[in-house]
Amino acid sequence: MQKRLLVKGNEAVAMGAIEAGCRFYFGYPITPQSDIPEYISREFPKVGGTFIQAESEIASINMLLGASACGKRAMTSSSSPGISLKQEGISYMAGSELPGLIVNIARSGPGLGGIDASQSDYFQAVKGGGHGGYHTIVLAPHSVQEMYDLTMLAFDLSDRYRVPAMLLGDSVLGQMKEALIPHPYVAPADLPAKDWAVSGKAGRAQRVVKSLYLGDGELEAHNWKLHRKYQEMRERETRCETAGLDDARLLVTAFGVTARIAKTAIRMAREEGLKVGLLRPITLFPFPDKAFADATARAKRVLCFELNTGQMVEDVRLSVSRDADVFFYGRPPGAGSLPTPEELLAQIRKHYKD
Amino acid sequence: MSSALQQVFAHPVSLKDVQTHFCPGCQHGTIHRLVAEAMDQFGVQDRTIGVASVGCSVFLYGYFDIDVVEAPHGRAPAVATGVKRACPDKFVFTYQGDGDLAAIGTSEIIHAANRGEGMTVFFVNNTTYGMTGGQMAPTTLPSQKTSTSPYGRNVANDGYPIRMAELLAQLEGVAYSARVAVNTPKNVVQAGRVVKQAFETQIQGRGFSFVEVLSACPTNWGMDPLTANARVAEEMIPYFPLATFKDTSAA
Amino acid sequence: MPKVVIDELRCKGCGLCTTACPHGLIRMSDKLNRQGFLPAVISDEDQEKCVSCAMCARICPDVAITIFKKVNIA
Repeated sequence: MQKRLLVKGNEAVAMGAIEAGCRFYFGYPITPQSDIPEYISREFPKVGGTFIQAESEIASINMLLGASACGKRAMTSSSSPGISLKQEGISYMAGSELPGLIVNIARSGPGLGGIDASQSDYFQAVKGGGHGGYHTIVLAPHSVQEMYDLTMLAFDLSDRYRVPAMLLGDSVLGQMKEALIPHPYVAPADLPAKDWAVSGKAGRAQRVVKSLYLGDGELEAHNWKLHRKYQEMRERETRCETAGLDDARLLVTAFGVTARIAKTAIRMAREEGLKVGLLRPITLFPFPDKAFADATARAKRVLCFELNTGQMVEDVRLSVSRDADVFFYGRPPGAGSLPTPEELLAQIRKHYKD
Repeated sequence: MSSALQQVFAHPVSLKDVQTHFCPGCQHGTIHRLVAEAMDQFGVQDRTIGVASVGCSVFLYGYFDIDVVEAPHGRAPAVATGVKRACPDKFVFTYQGDGDLAAIGTSEIIHAANRGEGMTVFFVNNTTYGMTGGQMAPTTLPSQKTSTSPYGRNVANDGYPIRMAELLAQLEGVAYSARVAVNTPKNVVQAGRVVKQAFETQIQGRGFSFVEVLSACPTNWGMDPLTANARVAEEMIPYFPLATFKDTSAA
Repeated sequence: MPKVVIDELRCKGCGLCTTACPHGLIRMSDKLNRQGFLPAVISDEDQEKCVSCAMCARICPDVAITIFKKVNIA
């Protein structure tokens, strides 16, 4: 029988990272993600890992930059206000083409906001977050199992494309306990060698990890190179979960924690005889735009459900078939309560047309 | 018996044989040479990873023939922490200016030092932000005019110049902290000795080592190179005394 | 063979070497080099007086000076 463990989402992230060979963690305490550094600080000594509780979020992302420049799998984790502080370093990592995992167990904002679950960091996560026009790979788990699985995938994608990766969770996913079936990490056989990493120049020419390009045309060429990588990821790496698309008249789309609520609401709607389908983006960048285009070739009504006042819905509108109608239902976080399936079901009924 | 000429002063191998972008009389070049000479002497060029900062020092990789990681402004000690922890057998150093290290990067330098990271930090103090055009730095002297202290640094408003070598020497994790100048041949020779002490501190695994170097910035001081060099002795050294503030090897 | 070799193209004309030389042997040229600086120069006559102390090379920020010393060969 497979081993099943009852663990918190945050612990699943830490377990997945250790299993995927990450041996460098740099972070700073912040609710609701502190279980991650707590778990790693306990487990890393057993596997020879390096854990540093840094003086700030800024220092931790730059320690990650340094370890990654040496070719090591490395990570940091934080929650929304801390992720804002890390944006400078994430921009430098993107510019320097450094892989690395940044976990955002998001809380509500703006400012200090609160510690409730929130999806209000969607824009920050998928549109670049820092200065200079770049993207990070953004993966959105919706279960404890996915917190584990997608952590491993994030390292692989990040290494493959030399683009920093973000795991975007929230306080519900981080704090809830659910069954996890751990499985051994298998590295993709075709991951490219890190022949750019610094190690001292013995036996080869100097290597430089940098984001400064001042020569004639250099920066433009560099930005086109980054752009081509983002295009390649858009072609090859989008992931989503779909259900009931064959006969769906209305498509519900949601990511992360709201997708859990959506699944229940869709089941309730189906019980009423409403043909409702699900499209759950797993990669928020690259966004599964083709999946939306394909699905809305049939289902012409889309209801986007978010725990904010409308962010992913913008990408949905850009992706759907031209004659599809996109509706939005969302609530800003902070009330200490999540929308209920019944609340979403009412919206489904409102926008459903046979 | 006949005689021949023997080379007694040569360009260090670890320093690329290229023209620098530094202004005439700027002493970054001298400090680069001293660091490169130490690399040559200890034979660590091939296992050195330098961490570049932001400012006039940013082109480190263009001048040192070593592997280099470029850090965001002020963050070099954090980047170097990641590098040294990932590659503990490498020689790791940062090279930072006063705006970078003593203003925006104060948090990173103090905590890297306090953790006793086994890195070496070269800190170039020229009392101004050079790259951005001569603004007031945390090390700008009282009454010194800069482009953002046009009436002179007013300590009532701007506070006092920070003495970083003394400040860091207070931290337990720091094994070596010293201040030198490169304004006279004698001081250059002494600076070379101190740089090598700092290298040795890291190579022996004794902890964090820090060398502050007083340096002239003729362009932004609005002085010719000789006057600027004279200012180092007349104004800087009295406020920033040359000394070794901590050396655990002597204990 | 000269004892002081100044790389005229590398020299930025800061003049620090002129103050470093204990014998005052180095002066600034009155001819611009290719970069538009007035480089440091030493006359053939002064080369003879040079004691190869390398003070000029040590203070040169541009590593533009190489020093040779006369040694006796048995």
